[in-house]
Amino acid sequence: MSAQNQQPEHTQHCLLGTREDFDSIQRVILSAMERLDFGEDALFAVRISLEEGLANALLHGHQGDEEKEIEVNWYCDAVAVGCEIVDKGRGYDPESIPDPTADENLTLPSGRGLAMIRAFMDEVTVNEQGNRVIMKRYKARLASS
Amino acid sequence: MTDTSLLQIFEHDGITNVEFVESNILDEMCIRRIGDEIASVIDRKGLPKIVLNFDNVSALSSSALGMLITLNTKVGDKKGSLILACIKGPIADVFRITKLDKAFTICDSMAEALSSLR
Repeated sequence: MSAQNQQPEHTQHCLLGTREDFDSIQRVILSAMERLDFGEDALFAVRISLEEGLANALLHGHQGDEEKEIEVNWYCDAVAVGCEIVDKGRGYDPESIPDPTADENLTLPSGRGLAMIRAFMDEVTVNEQGNRVIMKRYKARLASS
Repeated sequence: MTDTSLLQIFEHDGITNVEFVESNILDEMCIRRIGDEIASVIDRKGLPKIVLNFDNVSALSSSALGMLITLNTKVGDKKGSLILACIKGPIADVFRITKLDKAFTICDSMAEALSSLR
């Protein structure tokens, strides 16, 4: 069956903040991407972005509490893969994070997670409360991306 | 998790060569252990000269970058040298995207890294 003929995959998961659950959801989403012939660049980009989104949810949203559930909604079709990560924390203002790529901030040891997601994905939205990140990566990325 | 080291550390001519055993530097616990192990090497050295060999690394999180920044600062405080070597492919993209390629000394090969420290 060609990738174009395959049905889009779309599902919802509730995870704990454990390494096992993080690895598990990453395997599921990356496997779906592989079945739809996404390239290595996209697989790497989504893997890193999932890792950063989940780590933000655990460490900042839930203050490291692995027992609190993180909701992950995702889909994958022949055009793109999209993922929404929601934590139960109070959220934060992403604008309050100093630009980690500014020369004066290059030695700051934290604050790069969202910047990496924005660089590796094609569309990224953070809700006003700051506890929900939605990210999308197209299979065929624009040359300018 | 076992107590097995996540690093292989070799000493030669006053230069410490660090190789990563784990190819995915993503897990917070692993990152903390790696950071602590390299920090203890820095603490033991009067003038640390350290090369981190990324040849085996295939994924790196922002927490790992933070750990490397902390180590770089620690080495800098002792007027030593920390070189990142053999960073390639998507890992190089991570450093470029975050502009940390400007904050670290990066060499394409181990030979280049060792040569620059001698």
